[in-house]
Amino acid sequence: MTIGSVPPKYKIAIDRDQCMLCERCIDNCSYGVFRKEDQKIIADSRKCTACHRCIAMCPRDAINLHEKPNDYRSHPVWTRETREAIYNQAKSGKIILSGMGNAGDYPIIFDKLVLDACQVTNPSIDPLREPMEIRTYIGKKPRQVEVSKNSSGDYDLNTELAPNLKLDTPVMIGHMSYGAISLNAQLAMAKAVHEVGTYMGTGEGGLHKSLFPYQDRMIVQIASGRFGVDVDYLERGAAIEIKIGQGAKPGIGGHLPGEKVSEEVSKTRMIPIHSDAISPAPHHDIYSIEDLAQLVRSLKEATEWKKPVFVKIAAVHNAPAIAAGIARSSADAVVIDGFKGGTGAAPRVFRDNVGIPIEAAVAAVDSKLRSQGVRNEISIIASGGIRNSADLTKSIALGADAVYIGTAALVAMGCRVCGSCYRGLCPWGIATQRPELVKRLNPDEASKNVANLIKGWTLELSELMGAAGINSIESLRGNRDRLRGYMLDEGLMNVLDVKTVGA
Amino acid sequence: MAEEMTIDAKNLHYTPLNRMLRKAVSEGTTEIVINNVLGQRFIGDGLRGDNVNITINGLPGGDLAMFMNGPTVTVNGNCDHAPGNTMNSGRVIIHGSTGDATAHSMRGGEVYVRDNIGYRGGIHMKEYQEKRPVLVVGGCGRAFLGEDLAGGLLIVLGLCGECPVDERGVGSGIHGGKIILRGDVDELKLGIGAKKEDLTQEDIDDMRPFIENFAKYFDYNADEILNSKFVKIVPSSARPFANKYCWE
Repeated sequence: MTIGSVPPKYKIAIDRDQCMLCERCIDNCSYGVFRKEDQKIIADSRKCTACHRCIAMCPRDAINLHEKPNDYRSHPVWTRETREAIYNQAKSGKIILSGMGNAGDYPIIFDKLVLDACQVTNPSIDPLREPMEIRTYIGKKPRQVEVSKNSSGDYDLNTELAPNLKLDTPVMIGHMSYGAISLNAQLAMAKAVHEVGTYMGTGEGGLHKSLFPYQDRMIVQIASGRFGVDVDYLERGAAIEIKIGQGAKPGIGGHLPGEKVSEEVSKTRMIPIHSDAISPAPHHDIYSIEDLAQLVRSLKEATEWKKPVFVKIAAVHNAPAIAAGIARSSADAVVIDGFKGGTGAAPRVFRDNVGIPIEAAVAAVDSKLRSQGVRNEISIIASGGIRNSADLTKSIALGADAVYIGTAALVAMGCRVCGSCYRGLCPWGIATQRPELVKRLNPDEASKNVANLIKGWTLELSELMGAAGINSIESLRGNRDRLRGYMLDEGLMNVLDVKTVGA
Repeated sequence: MAEEMTIDAKNLHYTPLNRMLRKAVSEGTTEIVINNVLGQRFIGDGLRGDNVNITINGLPGGDLAMFMNGPTVTVNGNCDHAPGNTMNSGRVIIHGSTGDATAHSMRGGEVYVRDNIGYRGGIHMKEYQEKRPVLVVGGCGRAFLGEDLAGGLLIVLGLCGECPVDERGVGSGIHGGKIILRGDVDELKLGIGAKKEDLTQEDIDDMRPFIENFAKYFDYNADEILNSKFVKIVPSSARPFANKYCWE
């Protein structure tokens, strides 16, 4: 008895009156949906991932794509996704892979938080006419500073300051490795962060030589696989990030299949062509918070204490306690990646079920560090599901210094969140290493889009701050009084440390 | 421009110690002796210099020669954990035993340990082009020897008189490189993805120069060692996870 095939998820319809048989849909679809037969374009909807490349490239708007209605017997528990996952695993006996972020039906806490604005009793600020201070410094700050008066009457700073990253906007781009995404995608983002005065992560894939001109804007990552890591790599980066965990897949390692390890990828990862790149779940030299401190300090020693070192963890139940340990490890920033964070590939069961939302995690970490008197010594970077400037502003009000964006930057380059990154066939030239697909992404044009997105969010952040009567990001950071919970339960509001609307 | 230098590490923190090392190497010093080492971590961390010889008298702390690129470090004493961690090139010669995760993620260069190593020795070593890391252990290894090995050569000689490794998880998750053991290992002790094979002449020729180095450093007879029986542990598949996943 066979299970049979599951129905297609999408249905493609071609408007024959509009179609002029130009075959651009055939050329553009890397999944092989379209073919020409008897002077007609035929679509095999079963192969469609809803990447929208065909629709974007059709000159006559002749292609229509719909999610195909559920034709199973409807049932509130045994949903289509639940049943299809069982069919899939009953046939294969394997782990189901997925791409992009959490697809579970969880409420988004950001959407149940509202921001404040001034009315009458204290003045709102017009960012067009008033200076708004949104520059952010990421890194360790001294507990106190000592100054002395010199012979000319000026004051000298006697405290030695730790190196910090200077951000012109509190939006950075998180770590997406060369291998997971294309070199053109990395180049586009590198040009963008250079233009807007912020930083991006390399991911655990090493640093390709094409990115060397932008190395002063790159945060180099050291993860459990130690791919591409040598002292040259460490010295090139503006900062170093130790990746312990990732929001989309907390507690597990990574695996870049050999098919994706092309010649250029092999050079940056420093592994043989077509060999599997396996990142173990733990760093094998970290089995305690003391071991983590040792890795932080070894990276600082290797780079003569000239670079900030970040530690990235997935948002999990005991993230605040872990962050408190990280704060005492000589690390300069803790990155918390929430469970809506994206990925090129993760087991679906992890992506959709493991971890906690960034909103709760960043608030809890900020509270814990403040209660222990160390919040001022370390920066907090929030990531995982930051979709717009409101999420950005709310993240900072909940306690973050800055955010990492990932999927939002990819969407700015054309990604339609089809979630098939793990197949390496991305028709937008983003999550692929196929030369014919990679060249579809023009790094110069894409960099303008990414830069525009960050500029737009930064303007909106200024406006939101001004409306709330805040002219400095320092005054927004951790300012829970500017937030109210709307239809949030009391327990969650306690974790977030916000009051209810009307209070 | 001094070519030789002695550093007294008594009561010296690792950061000033490493600063002195870097400064000495940058000024052309090629022979450096560090006395009274007692637990200082990160000695030689990220240090460059192909003709530099560093002698450590004492007991260095964790992550000796991490990210090191070129120098030769000789330790007259035991080592704490992870000497040679993510080392890029150079040589570390240890006249004693070492702790856990010896040669962790080593990318190139050679580490020789006269006596025993701790748990997870040679874990996740990897190789690329001309860079091939080699770890030679005179005594015994502990559990999870060569776990996740992605490349390079790991040799354990068991010259302490016992079998080279008598604990579980040998080569667990191995997907590249090879582990050579003098004597034998019970198949039950092998980790997932590892398989045992007999040595070929090619394998013996491959390890000969490293055994000769080991014998030279620690006053053994290379031929006597090479005439022993060996087995090698290699990946049962080059793609251990290739069939683990299906699509959404």
